[in-house]
Amino acid sequence: MAFIKISSPHVQRPTKTADIMRLVIIATIPGFIAMTFFFGWGTLINTVLAVLVALICEAGCIKLRKRPVLFFLKDNSAVLTAVLLALALPPFAPWWVTVTAVFVAIVLAKQLYGGLGQNPFNPAMVGYALVLISFPVEMTRWTSPFELSADSWNILGFGDTLRIIFIGWSETIATLNYIDSFSGATPLDTLKHRNGLTTEEVWASSNVMANVGAWYAVSLCYFTGGIFLIYRKIFTWHAPITLLITIGLISSMFFAIDPDSYADPLIHLTTGATMLGAFFIVTDPVSSSTSNRGKIVFAAGIGLLVYCVRTWGNYPDAMAFAVMLMNLCAPFIDQYTQPRSYGHKQSKKGSYSKENNS
Amino acid sequence: MGKVFAFHGGIHPPENKHQSSQSGIATAPLAKVLNVPVQQHIGAPAKICVTIGDKVLKGQRIADAQGKFSVAVHAPSSGTIAAIGEHPVPHPSGMNAQCVSIETDGLDQWVEHTGLADFRAMPKFELIDYIRDRGIAGMGGAGFPTAVKLHLSDDHIVNTLIINAAECEPYITADDLLIRERAADIISGINILQHLIEPSHVIIGIEDNKPQAIRALEEAIANSKYNIHVVSVPTKYPSGGEKQLIKLLTNVEVPSGGIPADVGIVCQNIGTVYALNNAVRTGESLISRIVTVTGEGVSKPQNYETLIGTPFSVLLDAAGHRPNTTSRLIVGGPMMGYSIDDTNIPVVKTSNCIIAASSREMPAPDPAQACIRCGMCEQVCPAQLLPQQLHWYAKSQEYDKAQQHNLFDCIECGACSYVCPSNIPLVQYYRHAKTSIREEQQEKRKSALARERFEAKQMREQRAIDEKAEKRKARADQAAKAQAAKQQTPKTMASNGPDAAKHLKSALLSAKKEVMLAQRQLDRLTAESDKDPAALSLADLKLQQAKSAQHKAQQDLSSLDSAQASAPDTKKLKIAAAQATTMLKKAQQALKAAQEKGQPGIEQLNATVQQLTEEATTATQAFEAAEPSAQAKSLTASVKATPAVQESSIDTKKLKTAAAIARTKLKKAQSQYEQLVTQNSQDSEAGIELKAQLDKLEQRAQATETAFVNAKPATTQSDTEQLQQNYDKAHKLYYKALAALNKAEQDNSPAVEKMRSSIDKLKDKLNNAENALAAGGKILADNHAPLKINTTLASNIDSNQLQLDLDKAAQRYHKAVATFEKAQADQNPAAQRMQAGLDKLKAKLDDAQQALDNTADTASSSAVTPATPANIDSEQLQQDADKARARYHKALAALEKAQADQNPAAQRMQAGVDKLKAKFDSAQQALENTADNASSSTAIPATPAKIDSAQLQQDVDKARARYHKALAALEKAQADQNPAAQRMQAGVDKLKAKLETAQQALDNTADTANSSAVTPAAPAKIDSEQLQQDVDKARARYHKALAALEKAQADQNPAAQRMQAGVDKLKAKLETATTLRNASGPQPITTSTEDQE
Repeated sequence: MAFIKISSPHVQRPTKTADIMRLVIIATIPGFIAMTFFFGWGTLINTVLAVLVALICEAGCIKLRKRPVLFFLKDNSAVLTAVLLALALPPFAPWWVTVTAVFVAIVLAKQLYGGLGQNPFNPAMVGYALVLISFPVEMTRWTSPFELSADSWNILGFGDTLRIIFIGWSETIATLNYIDSFSGATPLDTLKHRNGLTTEEVWASSNVMANVGAWYAVSLCYFTGGIFLIYRKIFTWHAPITLLITIGLISSMFFAIDPDSYADPLIHLTTGATMLGAFFIVTDPVSSSTSNRGKIVFAAGIGLLVYCVRTWGNYPDAMAFAVMLMNLCAPFIDQYTQPRSYGHKQSKKGSYSKENNS
Repeated sequence: MGKVFAFHGGIHPPENKHQSSQSGIATAPLAKVLNVPVQQHIGAPAKICVTIGDKVLKGQRIADAQGKFSVAVHAPSSGTIAAIGEHPVPHPSGMNAQCVSIETDGLDQWVEHTGLADFRAMPKFELIDYIRDRGIAGMGGAGFPTAVKLHLSDDHIVNTLIINAAECEPYITADDLLIRERAADIISGINILQHLIEPSHVIIGIEDNKPQAIRALEEAIANSKYNIHVVSVPTKYPSGGEKQLIKLLTNVEVPSGGIPADVGIVCQNIGTVYALNNAVRTGESLISRIVTVTGEGVSKPQNYETLIGTPFSVLLDAAGHRPNTTSRLIVGGPMMGYSIDDTNIPVVKTSNCIIAASSREMPAPDPAQACIRCGMCEQVCPAQLLPQQLHWYAKSQEYDKAQQHNLFDCIECGACSYVCPSNIPLVQYYRHAKTSIREEQQEKRKSALARERFEAKQMREQRAIDEKAEKRKARADQAAKAQAAKQQTPKTMASNGPDAAKHLKSALLSAKKEVMLAQRQLDRLTAESDKDPAALSLADLKLQQAKSAQHKAQQDLSSLDSAQASAPDTKKLKIAAAQATTMLKKAQQALKAAQEKGQPGIEQLNATVQQLTEEATTATQAFEAAEPSAQAKSLTASVKATPAVQESSIDTKKLKTAAAIARTKLKKAQSQYEQLVTQNSQDSEAGIELKAQLDKLEQRAQATETAFVNAKPATTQSDTEQLQQNYDKAHKLYYKALAALNKAEQDNSPAVEKMRSSIDKLKDKLNNAENALAAGGKILADNHAPLKINTTLASNIDSNQLQLDLDKAAQRYHKAVATFEKAQADQNPAAQRMQAGLDKLKAKLDDAQQALDNTADTASSSAVTPATPANIDSEQLQQDADKARARYHKALAALEKAQADQNPAAQRMQAGVDKLKAKFDSAQQALENTADNASSSTAIPATPAKIDSAQLQQDVDKARARYHKALAALEKAQADQNPAAQRMQAGVDKLKAKLETAQQALDNTADTANSSAVTPAAPAKIDSEQLQQDVDKARARYHKALAALEKAQADQNPAAQRMQAGVDKLKAKLETATTLRNASGPQPITTSTEDQE
């Protein structure tokens, strides 16, 4: 029997890329459950649709690149992108919004750059940002969390949601008996477009804010998933915790200065895409900084940008934009956040220079 | 237990050590053939010192260490050397290396070996050499020569000794078992290391997955009194890496690019310590080690004590190899070992394990996927690098960025590759990138060198071209000048053409015949008993004519053949003019003789004389016209030593001929004069003219001789100097090359052979230069020898030159002695060579001394030469004596200073001083001899006597002046209490003596002058004038002295008494001079008033 001739090392850890991706997907399941429970079947339907479209797009691209399709499909990266995108999109997003977003994410933002590991921007966020800007109405049509109307749990039925997604909102609503209180804004949206009311007044008057508990629950689920992933060492604590700390600090600062104009930190941390972004978006390894120190800088930048756009920008939630902007900065951050290697006095800065290297 | 720190990263692969750690160390079976590689260490391979067929014993050295970075190799068992050649060896490349194959005889007989009885008694470097000779190299995996590591404490401050017992790699249990079974030996080995390195504390770092080994060590240390700690570190890969272990135990980081000794730490593997102990205590060389045989491919995984050179197949068979199960064979551990496929490769000093892995244990790796930059590799890297970036840049070949990310700090542990979820073989990328970078750097260096050489070549070629152009230009200018000059000469060239050549040739032949006939005629006349001078001179004249005709014909022919420059033309003209004049003279003489004797043919002679006069004048004019420079003097005085045209190059041959010519002329003139004297006609017009000419010729002869002699030694001198330079150059080159060869041999450079051959060439060149120099020196000596026969002038110049030579040689010799002593003090290996050079210089010095002495002898023995030379001699010798004295006193002063400073060079200076003293004495002797001669030469005629007295008067004055000066200096020295005072006293006395002798001589001559009043009137006249001058001089001196005396008496100068005496003497002299003058004749009307004083 011939002996294998191969270079060291000869043993490997069993964890593979596909396993990591799968683990991340698994970590989103609590969030899924919460979303479905509070907001209806929309998220689930969107997820299935997105995954299918993603796989088809990816397979098509790999085929065009003349690579073995199954080998590349099996690393679950497209599935993960689709799942995250579906979680980020509003539950009542029409099918064509989902399809567009997924297509852009997979084909434009990932495969056209060279496939897995080569994309400079977070693909899910590219897709999301594109549809957000292109289809603003559909992207702001959120469901209200279930209304306590007569002590019953009222969410839109599965079939109705399907019809809304595939046939259209206006058409479906016309057939329904419910008033359009099924669509509502997010709390952030409410707080932003307050029409001059103070924060307290908004809290008092808005229905959305009355049901902010749903959002708390969803965020908590994402948080749990994220902690689980840190425990499993899929990623380190640096990026998510720094993001949360940054947002918390900034919002606390502004809230302390002027509570009437600014939302409180808890809202910032628990509503919107903060938790989802912290543990699933910002930790995307391909497009973020490499070293731990770099990740801290990266996440801090994102937190800052998110708060700025939320407070003074045009959009209620700015995770996508912030992440994409910091993706642009990641190579530069890498150059200045190299770790200090063993035996060196300090870390090397900047790109190659003759004085640093003999 | 000491404190444990932490290092960044690390992984926890499954240990898999339990399989092989259950049983103890077994002994591997003896293999039939042991293949021992000569390089099992980092550094130069060992040099084989056995041949095929030799019988060797166990532990006998079969290869010697080469240079500093090397260890010896020994035979692991007794047997016969079966082969020496290439053989597969354990190396990732799978390539072959030089091996010594020993066929074992099964006896396993040890060579005589004893350990060192007291290793503490011997000097440390000897002990380290012993360790090196026993073949001890690092056994942890790298194979660093232990002796080199032990020498680190020479120039580094080492305060911690770390013993690496971590064994962090999975599967390997060799060190574990070694410690469990032989802990006492290990502690003993640590004691030896402690003695060598003298650290302040010793730490044994061991992982906590070896509890039994830890306990064994602690028990062994409990009885020891030394400061050794056993520190158990958490099991993590790679905590056994040197840098990581140091960080674990001491929290100190070894600087990048440095060695642990830079931070005061020396790290040794525990297996090496055991082998070292073996070597020192029992004298057993490193011939065996413990090897773990494990994996699912063997049924009985175990540790074996194996002889170096045992093929792995023997071990695998002993452990029950299952080839069907084995999918991979790994030498080393799973993280850093390399796979092999040939089980015949031997166990070497650094092989600690062989794993026969099944496909279940070590499955074939999955294909690599894209890097998702998850950062897990960065989390585990023990060197705190960014492996994902390194991979990125290695893949895209951006090596500068890879270096920016500290690629070369990677220890290739494999942890990053282990955790990579995409199965990327990261370590392979880094190895590839490192080699590419190293290759690039080498290419750069080569191209830089090539560019330098190319540019130098360009410059060289350009320079050659420029020089050629310049030369061409110069030649063209010269040709143009010559062409212009040629136009001026009225000389008519024969018509060109082959007929003209034939014509001239026939003319030449007839002329030659004429010469022969005339010569015969002259011989016949000379041979006759009664010589008829007129007829002789006539025949001579005819001969001269014929010769000149021949010469003319020759010149015409040669000028037809080649178009010469005008320079030979002038030469020809000169020769022609000279010949014409000579002929004229001869004709004139013949005419005169004929006229006197009344011989027939006078009219014919007259006619010939007329013709010849015309010819002579035209020839002279032509010559003078061609050479309008100052060189065209009248031919009677044209006996110049240096030629006109080529003034720049002093042609010794020309000088020699010129001197010879002058000499012959002089001789002829002298003989003629003598003839006249015998005929008693020296007072005739012709006689007086001839006398004048004779004097002139004498002067000229001397002048030419001087010129020749002056020129000759220079050229020979420059020749020998040239040879000397050549020799020195060759000498330097040879020794430089020898030193470079030694260095290359140490570094094991491949260019060694080439260097050897070129060194042989240099040696030949050196020998040639030496021979040439010796021959040249001999020639110089020979050349100098005949000069001894020449006049004393030549010998004086000789001695000066030889004196210079001697000084130079002495200087060189002393310098060489000083450097030699320094080299001996520094224990420089070049000392012996310097000894040889030193002897040579001494020989040279002695030769120079010899030569000088010879000439000095001849100089001193040439005192019997006539009067005029005697004076020059004494002058010269006086100068020599003064110089020698001065040198001697200077040297003496320097010697005393050196003795005061206790300079070690004092003895040599003593010798030199003695020599100078001897020289001084001999010079003094010579001078006195000549002085005696001079003083005893009073029997010569009057005119020389007069010159003598004036000369002697000058001598007396000089001597007096010197004496008084010396006396004044002596008093000053005595006042200052200068230790040189005694010597000065002696010198002063000598000067006084000299003064008195000179005075005496003067008085003698004065007496003779006085008693030579019988000289005729004419000389008397001259005398009176002279005497008048003497009076005036004496008066002036007397008055000057008087004035000085009065001044001194006014100043109360202690020298006043002496001056008084001097003044009285001068007064006496004045009176004598006056008396003389008065006696010699009527007193001229001079200032008579002064006579009264």
